Amino acid sequence: MYGRKVKLRILFLIVLLSSIILTIFLVLKSLEENVVYFLSPTEVKNLNELTQDKIRIGGMVKKDSININSDKINFIITDFNNEINVVYSGLIPNLFQESKGVVAEGFLKDKNYFNAEKILAKHDENYMPPNIKEQIGEK
Amino acid sequence: MIFNYIGNYSLIISVIISLIIIFLSISSLQKINIQIKINLNKLIFFQFFFVLVSFFSLIILFILSEFANITVFNNSHTTKPLFYKISGTWGNHEGSLLLWLLILTFFIFLYFLNSKSRSIKERLLTLIFQEVIIIGFLIFLLKTSNPFNQVFPIPEQGLGLNPILQDPILAIHPPVLYLGYVSTSIIFSSSLGALIQGNVNSLWAKHIKKWILISWIFLTIGILLGSIWAYYELGWGGFWFWDPVENISLMPWLSLTALLHCILVLEKRSLLSSWTIVLSISTFTLSVCGTFLVRSGILNSVHTFANDPERGLFILIFLFILVFLSLVIYFLYEEKLKSNNNNFNLFSKESSILINNWFVMYFLSVILIGTIYPIFLEVLSSQKISVGPPFFNKLIIPFLIPFLIFMSIGPNLDWIKNKNFRKKIQLIIFFILNLILSFTIIKIFGKITLTSTILLAASFYLFFVTFKDLIKKSFKNNSQVISHFGFSLLILSIIMNSILSKEIVTNLKVGEQINFLENTISFKKIESSSESNFKSLVGYFEIDSKNNKKFLFKPEIRIYNQPKVITSEADIKTNFFKDRFLVINLVKGGNYFNVRYQEKPLMIWIWLSTILIAIGGSINFLKRYEK
Repeated sequence: MYGRKVKLRILFLIVLLSSIILTIFLVLKSLEENVVYFLSPTEVKNLNELTQDKIRIGGMVKKDSININSDKINFIITDFNNEINVVYSGLIPNLFQESKGVVAEGFLKDKNYFNAEKILAKHDENYMPPNIKEQIGEK
Repeated sequence: MIFNYIGNYSLIISVIISLIIIFLSISSLQKINIQIKINLNKLIFFQFFFVLVSFFSLIILFILSEFANITVFNNSHTTKPLFYKISGTWGNHEGSLLLWLLILTFFIFLYFLNSKSRSIKERLLTLIFQEVIIIGFLIFLLKTSNPFNQVFPIPEQGLGLNPILQDPILAIHPPVLYLGYVSTSIIFSSSLGALIQGNVNSLWAKHIKKWILISWIFLTIGILLGSIWAYYELGWGGFWFWDPVENISLMPWLSLTALLHCILVLEKRSLLSSWTIVLSISTFTLSVCGTFLVRSGILNSVHTFANDPERGLFILIFLFILVFLSLVIYFLYEEKLKSNNNNFNLFSKESSILINNWFVMYFLSVILIGTIYPIFLEVLSSQKISVGPPFFNKLIIPFLIPFLIFMSIGPNLDWIKNKNFRKKIQLIIFFILNLILSFTIIKIFGKITLTSTILLAASFYLFFVTFKDLIKKSFKNNSQVISHFGFSLLILSIIMNSILSKEIVTNLKVGEQINFLENTISFKKIESSSESNFKSLVGYFEIDSKNNKKFLFKPEIRIYNQPKVITSEADIKTNFFKDRFLVINLVKGGNYFNVRYQEKPLMIWIWLSTILIAIGGSINFLKRYEK
């Protein structure tokens, strides 16, 4: 039949091919699990069912909505159509200000309450979440 | 004013010189007996000289604060300290591209001086490819992002440089990183030149390895600098966030690291020649790709400052042409890459290098997918997503284990076939010992997971194996061992750091205090003062640790006036065991301050071990240069 060398080569090819397939599967699988979706308050309102996954919400911090005490901070994210209340304890970036863009990452309690785990710092004083930018552009 | 014109026309002259060089090189390629070297040397020097003139004109414009120049207007301000006026030259898109171009012309000049041992045809071909790249970037610079555009009427004052860029480390970070990025272009051009000439052999490997090392050393240092900067300036207390821009600098580094190892196999065993070419092409592509993704503003990242689709499109087209051309050349001349022996023995140095090459390629593809998948999804379905650290951690960390093991065993094997069985057994016993050691360590600190135990064992393994070699060999032959030792130290410190880090985030008023572990953090007072371009608020914090040691922390908040931006300067107390890191942020009203205190073990070893990795490369480079 075939020589030892040919057999070895075929074996090698099979191992290589299956490991490539396995890798692709693994990568896609964990990509699916670890992707964080980015929503606006309006998109949250329009959700059919409450998602249990970690999401990001982007919008503007509503004027006069920041409330702070020693262990947590409350504020409202708005996209000028809908609003969502955010509870957060943790590091607050310097550019976090009222009437400025903000992106919060965390979990939805219900459609009006959001438990944030992280507020993302954007190091550009003119930064705006893309959805807000689009809306202002439309207006 | 005059410098605007000098700068602009020098660039145009450089384009013309590029065209002349290409024309001369092509015409002399067609001659059968090339003996004349014309005056290519001089032409290349003049090209470098004119780009240099243009670069200096821009620096002078920045120093004089000539706001008639739009780049200066957008990125400078009269109250800015002189040092940051100068570093502002490359702190923006236009200036940084000019710097990129400067390095590009400088390197081809260096290459031409240092490649006399190679055949004239190969050098000419390399020169042609390099000039094509130079022309591409020159046109890109002149058409879409000319640093010498003017504004009229002349503004009184500039808009100022983004304050988080006003930092000594960030002043040198871009040039160092660019030196690394740009020298990959020489590897790219030279590999195509050698491919066409059928010269991809062990002599060529020896020659090009110098450039690979240069590029690798600068990239390593450049990434390190960026990481240190992010650690103390962004106030998150971490050193790597899997941010798209960080990933983009890591990808060429990974590809280059793979290339650095397989060029060894090519040099010693004349194997893997086509793999070498593929890696050379991909390394350069990833470098340009990095520029494209950062500069086009497509990536959603802390680093994206400028948004301009036109620029992105131009680089994308340029990149596409380069990749297309190089692939055509690759397939046309592929048969010249004959390698007569395909014998790989499983227990040989070259097999373990090849296996780790694949692992590196795997890491590279994971990072590539995680970085560009969100872009594709947004284009295709307009869904906005981000891929976070868990994705990368989950897919990369487990595979580091076999990677580290091969890294420890590989260098101890011989080329072709290993015969030393005693050594093999020795290595196996060593590994079992380390498994026990790391299990004990993890047990002491409490958090036992299978992956972290084995990962710790694997890195300890590499640590001890390289440490043993480090003592045995003479200093001069140690470049590889030093780098590998540095890498094991890096992984060890990262693991210990991530397992043992502790932090507290809270909101405090002046006079309040809080207990954290065995420490008491008290907020004593706040003082404000004024500098030339910012107002500063300094907080005074006292931390009493359990053994009655007192630390005074003075974190600072800076409120810049132009542009109006607030930044935090963390106060970090470093020793060999751990970093104590305290940063404060302003919250609305100013009654409360957001305080973050972290204890991060072995932080300094992450920096030191990366320096060690780069030192290994440098020793190798110097050794080669002496010969």
